[in-house]
Amino acid sequence: MIGFIATRLFQSVIVMLTVALIAFALFRFVGDPINNMVGQDTTLEERAALKERLGLNDPFFIQFARFAGNAAQGEFGFSYQHRRPVSELVAERLPATLELSLISAILALAIGIPMGVYTALRRNGLLSRAFMTLSLIGVSLPTFLIGILLILFFGVILRWLPTFGRGEVVDLGGWTTGLLTESGLRSLIMPAITLALFQMTLIMRLVRAEMLEVLRTDFVKFARARGLPDRYVHFKTALKNTLVPVITITGLQLGSIIAFAIITESVFQWPGMGLLFIQAIGNVDIPVMAAYLVMIAFFFVVINFVVDMLYYAVDPRLRVDARGGH
Amino acid sequence: MSVSTSEQAGAAPKSRLRSFLDGDVWYSFTRSPVVMLSAIFLIVTFLAAVFAPYVAPHDPFDLASIDLMDASLPPAWEADGDPRFLLGTDDQGRDVLSTIIFGARISLIVGIAAVAFSIVLGVGLGLISGYVGGRLDAFIMRVADVQLSFPSILIALLIDGVARSVISRSAHDEIALYVLVFAIGVSGWVQYARTVRGSTLVERDKEYVQAARVIGMGPTLILWRHVLPNVMGPVLVIATIHLAVAIITEATLSFLGVGVPPTTPSLGTLIRIGNDYLFSGEWWITIFPGVALVLLVLAINLLGDWLRDALNPKLR
Amino acid sequence: MVALLDIKGLRVEFPSRRGHVVAIQDLTLELAPGEILGVVGESGAGKSTIGAAVSGLLEPPGEVTGGEVRLKGERIDNLDEHQRRAIRGRRIGMIFQDPLTSLDPLQTIERQLIDTIDHHLAVGEKEARARAVNLLDQVGIPDPNVRIAQYPHQFSGGMRQRVVIALALAAEPELVIADEPTTALDVSVQAQILELLKSLCREKQVGMILITHDMGVIADTADRVCVMYRGRVVETGVTTQIIGAPRHDYTKSLISAIPRPDRRSRRFPLVTYIEGEEERPEKIDLGSHWLGQSRDFGAGEDVMLKAEDLRMEFLTQRSMWRSKRKYLRAVDDVSFEIRSGEVFGLVGESGSGKSTIARLVTGIYRPSGGSVTFAGQDLTALKTRAEAAPWRRQMQMIFQDPFSSLNGRMRVRDIVAEPIHFHRLAGSREEAQKIVKDLLELVGLGAAAAVRFPHEFSGGQRQRISIARALATRPRFLICDEPTSALDVSIQAQILNLLKDLQEQLQLSVLFISHDLPVIRQMCDRVGVMRHGKLLEVAETETLFQRPSHEYSRHLLDLMPKLEGLRREEVMEGQSVA
Repeated sequence: MIGFIATRLFQSVIVMLTVALIAFALFRFVGDPINNMVGQDTTLEERAALKERLGLNDPFFIQFARFAGNAAQGEFGFSYQHRRPVSELVAERLPATLELSLISAILALAIGIPMGVYTALRRNGLLSRAFMTLSLIGVSLPTFLIGILLILFFGVILRWLPTFGRGEVVDLGGWTTGLLTESGLRSLIMPAITLALFQMTLIMRLVRAEMLEVLRTDFVKFARARGLPDRYVHFKTALKNTLVPVITITGLQLGSIIAFAIITESVFQWPGMGLLFIQAIGNVDIPVMAAYLVMIAFFFVVINFVVDMLYYAVDPRLRVDARGGH
Repeated sequence: MSVSTSEQAGAAPKSRLRSFLDGDVWYSFTRSPVVMLSAIFLIVTFLAAVFAPYVAPHDPFDLASIDLMDASLPPAWEADGDPRFLLGTDDQGRDVLSTIIFGARISLIVGIAAVAFSIVLGVGLGLISGYVGGRLDAFIMRVADVQLSFPSILIALLIDGVARSVISRSAHDEIALYVLVFAIGVSGWVQYARTVRGSTLVERDKEYVQAARVIGMGPTLILWRHVLPNVMGPVLVIATIHLAVAIITEATLSFLGVGVPPTTPSLGTLIRIGNDYLFSGEWWITIFPGVALVLLVLAINLLGDWLRDALNPKLR
Repeated sequence: MVALLDIKGLRVEFPSRRGHVVAIQDLTLELAPGEILGVVGESGAGKSTIGAAVSGLLEPPGEVTGGEVRLKGERIDNLDEHQRRAIRGRRIGMIFQDPLTSLDPLQTIERQLIDTIDHHLAVGEKEARARAVNLLDQVGIPDPNVRIAQYPHQFSGGMRQRVVIALALAAEPELVIADEPTTALDVSVQAQILELLKSLCREKQVGMILITHDMGVIADTADRVCVMYRGRVVETGVTTQIIGAPRHDYTKSLISAIPRPDRRSRRFPLVTYIEGEEERPEKIDLGSHWLGQSRDFGAGEDVMLKAEDLRMEFLTQRSMWRSKRKYLRAVDDVSFEIRSGEVFGLVGESGSGKSTIARLVTGIYRPSGGSVTFAGQDLTALKTRAEAAPWRRQMQMIFQDPFSSLNGRMRVRDIVAEPIHFHRLAGSREEAQKIVKDLLELVGLGAAAAVRFPHEFSGGQRQRISIARALATRPRFLICDEPTSALDVSIQAQILNLLKDLQEQLQLSVLFISHDLPVIRQMCDRVGVMRHGKLLEVAETETLFQRPSHEYSRHLLDLMPKLEGLRREEVMEGQSVA
């Protein structure tokens, strides 16, 4: 058990270091950091002095170590575009993205998984076919288009819901939340649905495929042959075995949601990390890009780690059996 | 239970076309009207895209033919519509239908090129990884695992973002399409590599590969002649669905403003441009390209879904 | 007395787009309590469909379209799904072939047993557990109180099949349908499981339908036998009568195809009931034909192949530290010689390392130690593929699985021509195609097979294609790795006959690997017995079968089904039974 966790942790650290290296390379070698910090009229001597002061003449590894150390503390330098510390920008934007992602993830999982199970069990039912058709349309609708259609319908034509921004937010000691005001909640509805819909259809289809796979196995047939009721075979035998792959899928989808938040935030002008990032790309604001990269990688690594642990908990075959036995 | 094999052996040998037309895949194709409709739609779209300059009613990029007087006309069936412009015009007086045809052309070019790039990269690495095994395999698969935990759209966005920072803006516009193909292509190789590696591992241990080794063949020849043809089935299915994903990714990047430049708009660019007019009621500028995009992707997905089921003997 | 199970005129059909496939027609059989009825037949005979039809587990679109099934006098074929479920497990228990996949991997044995018992008998958790422990004890699982808490993956294959049997008997059914219950198991485990099933049936007065393709299993276990061919019962009778005095032509043909364990006969009597293809290969004058020509081998060495201290280790546990790595010794210091023109057999259970030896000899694996000397040349000393090519050309291999040993994307002519082109043995494409045609004739397929794809052929026909490919390099040494273990017995007999003929005509030296002792006895001149990677004993075949010197050889011979009372029609060579 400890060995398993240690290996996973070690791998996670390697991944984080790799991403940090990419981010650092981006920061250090793409564009000239000095050029981006000073004005046109700075003399060559001043530039050289600044370069020395910032440690840009140090050996590569020292620079990288410094970068990684700062990154670990959440320091990514100054944004070229906003002329403010990146850490401040991130702190401002992070709650918006996390709230949106969390609500969407819950929506996608809470609806997607049961729908997947249902369509697998009632493979030829009318409702299942309807779900499958809808899901096919769902995966064919790009996220941004879902957003646009929702805006057109509920925002422009019906004028029921706000079409951009977060609405009123409440500051809870550095964490701004839109979940406590009516306008905040109303603003959340369309972005959350937009973000959840695509993931939901994906989750549903993947769960269905896995479940169908499990339903074809010998042990399900054997359970049926023992006369166990459908309820038992479906939920105690099949669903539990479906859970193992579904956990992986879910982990990947959670990661996806954070990434797809970029698009949703862009459509709804949602003031989150994604919007910050997309603007940073447009303006070649490298420190912000680097910060976003590292943070996202961190989220993914954490999610993957949790997924591995869950796997371990669900599947007895992964547990090394001390007693052995044959 | 099966038809007697000795009877089959007595019949005349079939040509490839004949056995395809008699086969279950073609049969299931002719039995699903939705799939046939999708195929026809795709063929028409594809031909329209290839022959866009001849098919489109107007040339939206010929400044001489564009009249600002025609700007923002609604579709032909609306009260203020103009019969010359079936789906209306945009703010610069360009025919929406024509821009869609040209846009679909760009979307398809980028999508197909990106998928081809992914296939070459993914199938190649998958074959090597599966056949050679050992440390190389572990390394390739580790990279694949890490990349897989990052959504492809994010990878494409990053590659595109880096390219933007490295290359000057004017130069970037010129090579934007290549950058996009590279970005989307790189973001999609993992699935091919994993699938092909899996099938290669299975095929490698099959006895026909061992027979080839007993004959004395080397790994390159075995991979090329024996393994590759046998692992391409699932690749075809993935490629179809990946094409839909690639087109969506391209559209998304273009919508976010980091895809193809507005001078050669794809469907995503058109939607982005039209999006600004949504609130002023000129819905057709954004909705029609959107519908075109969805129909295109839906048709590909339907075809891919069907193909996956038809090629999977377990579901029959 | 009312029969336990009474099937009358049962018909099962599978509708498909190419017309209805009739899986079973006009099936009538009876079973008494405590009786074991063997259902035997080759693949595709419809025997598994019987079990599915009786228990109501037919895979759609299959359906019962005629006849009736009665369990203790009550009709059960027309029940609805709810009523059927009440019978399944409670009154009819099922045992499937593969114990490795029959158990839910995520639940303990305890949970699976208790849930099954409690569902049917409603005795409560505590009583159900007591019964579960008792059941495990009855099926021969040691320490049932401890083992019950474990997961399926903690049991070996044989033990898992015991658990499966316990589960099938959990609700004390009156009837058990066992579908190939021992096919996935090793011979020694197979004997134990059959013994267990037999004693449980007697003790509990449970009737059993034992579905199998293996006459040996039937002979050891069943009271009565029902022989199926193409969906019909061709003959039913008491076991001794069926194997001793079969009446129907098909049964006779089937029985005569079984390799005799008790003595060596020169050839299998012709078995043409099933695959009626031309058995007699066209006589080719080897003196003038390509196959016989310029076989460019040095004048006959006495020893064709010599393996010395051959060793092969597989890494079973990776580790960064050398000391922590674990290796499996698949082949452990094995030495043997194969003389020119001799058929040398290797026999052993699965995992004994015999197939690994084949792969070491042919160069698919590189040995971890020791050497292979072929026709005087130390093959392990050759560094490059090019250097080894002329030697590799002289040895070819025939594989076990006819379905995976041919590349499905290539036509037969390309498959057979590939070695010819690769080694540049023919002057032109035309010449190569001519040789391919002759080879196909030689193996009894006919030249018309050349333009087809492998999937158009049956298992036996594919094995003929494999043989043609192996002969295409004009080898003088042939390795046969379980060449017939995936085939039905009648096809096996044909293929073994073909191999024997070719061996004699072409003066081949052969390494013949099999787990099947009777087959070994029919084919080999000398035999080596393997276990856990070690070669225990090498002896002349008849010496081994009559006076085995190693204890394990004796054990293996004891396990061999004796098929006592087997009466065979000694058919003259070339005469058809059908």
